[in-house]
Amino acid sequence: MRLATPAKASPAKTEQIILFRVSGQLFAISSSSVQEVRSADSMSGGATEISAPGLRKVRHVLRRGDRSLFIVNGAMHFGLHAAEGAQLFVLRKTRTALLIDGIEKMTTMTQLQALPLSFCHEERQWYRGLTALDQTVVPVVHPEGFLSPQELALLDAALLQADKTESENLERTSAGQ
Amino acid sequence: MTVSTELELQSFVLLRLGERRFAVSANQIAELVAPSRVFRFPHRTPKLEGVILRRGRIVPVCDVSEMLLGKRLTSRRFYLIAVRKYGAQREWVAVPVTGECELIKAEMMAAVESDAPHVAGWLSHDGDVIEVLNLDAITPGPEQLLAEAAARQRPEVRP
Repeated sequence: MRLATPAKASPAKTEQIILFRVSGQLFAISSSSVQEVRSADSMSGGATEISAPGLRKVRHVLRRGDRSLFIVNGAMHFGLHAAEGAQLFVLRKTRTALLIDGIEKMTTMTQLQALPLSFCHEERQWYRGLTALDQTVVPVVHPEGFLSPQELALLDAALLQADKTESENLERTSAGQ
Repeated sequence: MTVSTELELQSFVLLRLGERRFAVSANQIAELVAPSRVFRFPHRTPKLEGVILRRGRIVPVCDVSEMLLGKRLTSRRFYLIAVRKYGAQREWVAVPVTGECELIKAEMMAAVESDAPHVAGWLSHDGDVIEVLNLDAITPGPEQLLAEAAARQRPEVRP
């Protein structure tokens, strides 16, 4: 009798991640999702204020040519204690710049476990899954999970309104002169 | 004991939450483990405390005391690791318990319509009538989210 040959163990897939903190809480993000890391101070000149009703986590927008990047306060997004973010992650292929406390380190994860199905609210949009690193469990964030399509629509509307008000003010000022 | 009565007996794990005892069908229990570090991270699902690491698996910890007793119990002796069904999928869920657990054989009376959703049935043991828990009803899952959404959409009944 021949025994079935055991399936060959496939080499573990690894992924480079950045561990970062928001309001003291540790999170991970795939390093390939981060386009830029900037100090929050360096952005202060280029960012303009924005206010969308019911969306307190976005207070500033960063204009880059035709593109607008919404600065999401990580602490407010996750419902953590408000913290002054010191760094910004500009997230690739999104319109989000995430305000964080700082980077802990870069490392490699070998396994990403899907978020258990018991977690059934917004966190399913927030996280790609969980990873175990050095006997601790870290949630791995979803770069697209910081702003939903509805939230982006609200922000775009607020942006349009802000632009309209600004151009009206400009017209009034030039007419006055 | 006749063969017919033997067939009606099922295995249950009796668990203690505060002063009360509850039962869970033994085939829904994976293991009983000592409390270990709970890893917490932001989320919005009520009743979930965080996760524990067990045999390389990340297991959510679901505190059911408030739902079953009306108050939250902070003390815990063990985590009862139960198998929770999500459609065709099965996942482990750790339920904190405050006292010893016991494996018994008993005959279960099925729940009736008037029983609470968390009651799968009833059994009699040591002179006590004990609720057999329906884990799917007391631990969160996508079906609860759907039920909540349906309840929100239901028009208000006005006199």
